[in-house]
Amino acid sequence: MTFIPKPKLHHPELPKNALGYTRRDYEGAVSTLCAGCGHDSISAAIVRACFNLELPPHRIAKLSGIGCSSKTPTYFLGASHGFNSVHGRMPSVLTGANLANRDLIYLGVSGDGDSASIGIGQFAHIMRRGVNMTYIVENNGVYGLTKGQFSATSDRGAKSRRGVENKDEAIDLVGMALQLGATFVARSFSGDKDQLIPLIEAALKHQGAAFIDCISPCVAFNNHEGSHTSFDYVREHNLAVNYLDVISGREEITVEYAAGTVEMVKQHDGSILRLRKLANDYDVHDRIAAMTYLQERGAAGEIVTGLLYVDPEPMDLHHHMNTVSTPFNELDEAALCPGPAALDKLNASLR
Amino acid sequence: MRTEGEESDLQPTDIGNPDYFHKVVDCQWACPAHTPVPEYIRLIAAGRYADAFMINWKSNVFPGILGRTCDRPCEPACRRGRVEEEPVAICRLKRVAADYKGDIRHLLPRPAERSNGKRIALVGAGPASLTVARDLAPLGYELVLFDSDPRAGGMIRSQIPKFRLPEEIIDEEVAYITGLGMELRLGQRIDSLKALLDDDYDAIFVGCGAPRGRDLPIPGRHEAAANIHIGIDWLSSVSFGHISKIGRRVIVLGGGNTAMDCCRSSRRLGGEDVKVIVRSGFEEMKASPWEKEDAISEDIPILNMLVPKEFTHKDGRLTGVMFEKVKAEYDARGRRRLVPTGEPDQHFECDDVLVAVGQENAFPWIERDIAIEFDQWDMPVVDEVTMGSSNPKVFFGGDAAFGPKNIIWAVAHGHQAAISIHQLCQGESVRDRPPPLVNLMSQKMGIHEWSYDNDISLDLRFKVPHRDKQIALRDIKAEVELGFDDKLAFAEAQRCLNCDVQTVFTDALCIECDACVDICPVDCISFVENGAEAELRLRLNAPAHNETQDLYVSGALKTGRVMVKDEDVCLHCGLCAERCPTGAWDMQRFLLDVAQAEHACCSLQNA
Repeated sequence: MTFIPKPKLHHPELPKNALGYTRRDYEGAVSTLCAGCGHDSISAAIVRACFNLELPPHRIAKLSGIGCSSKTPTYFLGASHGFNSVHGRMPSVLTGANLANRDLIYLGVSGDGDSASIGIGQFAHIMRRGVNMTYIVENNGVYGLTKGQFSATSDRGAKSRRGVENKDEAIDLVGMALQLGATFVARSFSGDKDQLIPLIEAALKHQGAAFIDCISPCVAFNNHEGSHTSFDYVREHNLAVNYLDVISGREEITVEYAAGTVEMVKQHDGSILRLRKLANDYDVHDRIAAMTYLQERGAAGEIVTGLLYVDPEPMDLHHHMNTVSTPFNELDEAALCPGPAALDKLNASLR
Repeated sequence: MRTEGEESDLQPTDIGNPDYFHKVVDCQWACPAHTPVPEYIRLIAAGRYADAFMINWKSNVFPGILGRTCDRPCEPACRRGRVEEEPVAICRLKRVAADYKGDIRHLLPRPAERSNGKRIALVGAGPASLTVARDLAPLGYELVLFDSDPRAGGMIRSQIPKFRLPEEIIDEEVAYITGLGMELRLGQRIDSLKALLDDDYDAIFVGCGAPRGRDLPIPGRHEAAANIHIGIDWLSSVSFGHISKIGRRVIVLGGGNTAMDCCRSSRRLGGEDVKVIVRSGFEEMKASPWEKEDAISEDIPILNMLVPKEFTHKDGRLTGVMFEKVKAEYDARGRRRLVPTGEPDQHFECDDVLVAVGQENAFPWIERDIAIEFDQWDMPVVDEVTMGSSNPKVFFGGDAAFGPKNIIWAVAHGHQAAISIHQLCQGESVRDRPPPLVNLMSQKMGIHEWSYDNDISLDLRFKVPHRDKQIALRDIKAEVELGFDDKLAFAEAQRCLNCDVQTVFTDALCIECDACVDICPVDCISFVENGAEAELRLRLNAPAHNETQDLYVSGALKTGRVMVKDEDVCLHCGLCAERCPTGAWDMQRFLLDVAQAEHACCSLQNA
């Protein structure tokens, strides 16, 4: 860890967004993770995405569980709401918070242990409920806090730092999220911010369950030869199907692209995702084809990254439950407790 | 995307070239004598004042004097001024080292045990000659210094008022030099260089300054002469006690530092209504901003855009000065011209006028038939590197070389002239310049520990306490600036960014994890595709608009990209190195010790 706080002085030309904030205003405390940790890059990407989207920090809630990845909310968005929950239980806390105040922007940050082992049940259910959130798994394939045992997302055949081979099959969180009905599914790499930052922006704008599996090399325990999440391995096997730009209504579209290489996806909130396709035949709207493609490429040893599936008209938990549009925490007592007459009426309707 | 045929990609930076890291230490690079500023500021913060003093003494010879009077080219260059509001008070920290150093005489070089048989004459005993003398004395040279003034010091003693520079500081620092063994012939003016050459010296150094104050030949000058004084001559007379009074109403003509010294001296010698009147605008004045500030704070108004037209007089006595009002106009090439506004002339009454409109060189004592070439402005032709003239035995330095500059330039000239004289006397070519001593050493002490304090102070520049104005104005010898006390000095020293602790990058170790990019507080590190400098500068994480600052470019990395660091606003906080998992970044102290004649005066490398 670093002993000094990051100096407050910044570049004299550091831009400000419409709220008058610089990117530095979206930072948190200095990281206590190992030097070079991929998670720090993801934190930096979150900072940039929130700055770019001009989000008011006090309208964001960041939630996490336990683990290296779940420590990171301390290192970004220092002026936002935060909740560091029990191991693997971030999804239920996030779901509760979202039900109580649907107006905040929810950002769940978890790791492969927190989401694919102890919290896999919670992971599955928050996806199938379609909670309006951005759920980022900082996936390093290893238990870094306990010195480098394989995690549940580690590939069969990957080698530990001591050369031991992993015999268990890996849990593919992207495949699960697709199968369980997440309406925005992406995979990215902490070492490729050009791809990662716009994905986080798009996920934050998505009005449903958005999931990003972000491969994040553990420099201390999983960045050696034989690892499947090392910088070198990911860069060698990365198959990016697309890069995207998030365009809010104001911006003009000036760059021209060859026909068939760009697709514009209008999101429910009016923003546009400009997909710059690298794999021309890949369709981000076909959930089943996406699952097939991921299986195929995965079997060939490739790591597919980019925006993998998006439903531009998602339905979220509040829609399924037909709740009022006013956040519960803003309803007054009369609205929340309508009295014995209303209760009697409800009971009568159930008889 | 780049297209073929454009300017080629940047080559990896050659950090083996001492100039590269030297330039990063903006203050040291800007200093004519290249004093290693951050090194001595760290020593001040550590309370090692004597060591800080010796670094200065070695490099700039007059720490206590320069700590009060330097033109401080280092301060406008200071990186702190680019990331915050104001530069580190480098000059006043230098004074701190001199104020609190204690007795340092045991640290000075010893006089040479025996003569090396070479005799050198030095004309003028000002900063340039004294520097040459200091560099050569320990090597055994027999030195003879001539000066027409009764005491050594040159313009340091004659032109700088004592309320800015107390006499005892001059005495002390001149004595450190003269104590190294040399013959002083004070009160002896040299009237003929030819005669001096005939005396068979092995070399002659001319450091006689720019002793002639420019006059203002406008109507009334002759008639009112009794109350019109040439600034530098008047200051000199004040300094040597020949003048102790001036009229109640004084006008100082001119906008340079001499004008500021004249007006402030006048306030102390009976001038109650003292004005500075300048042809140009306030901003274009040659005086340093802090000297203007000090004058204004002593109730001296500065009036601009007024061109003196006539000295008015009555019955042979000065009554005032008539001025024409002008305004600045700029032609297509941006050159300024002062044109009359057409308003009526303005008259200011006064009892005395001090003319401080510039200084000139004067060499009536140098014969023109002794193989010393003079140029069209009647200045000797002097080589900017060797300080040699067209006569191989005669060297120039200080104001005598290239016209009026300042003390720190005189010191820089002196060091170079001393090298040349030493080369000449050893039978070597004066063109062979000894290289600087350079040392680059890791400052890593532990996993996240450095041998320097990398926590960046957020304090703004501290002001030096001043003596109470009422008391200061009563006594021309009472020093106005009181200097920093140890607490203020420490706080100010902590503002230094330690730019000499360099960020050194080893591309073979880099795994491109982005940790340095993410932590850098000033966005100066980028990993990008290589390209031509002009377009690459705009593609960095923060566009590198300051082209006077270099880009540090690595060799190609695994992904084919390069690391590019914009040196412009780097805080040298070392966080890139702390967050680097592989040690590709390291913080290494760069010490550049400019060569002097035979390393006469204790090398810095032992500091």
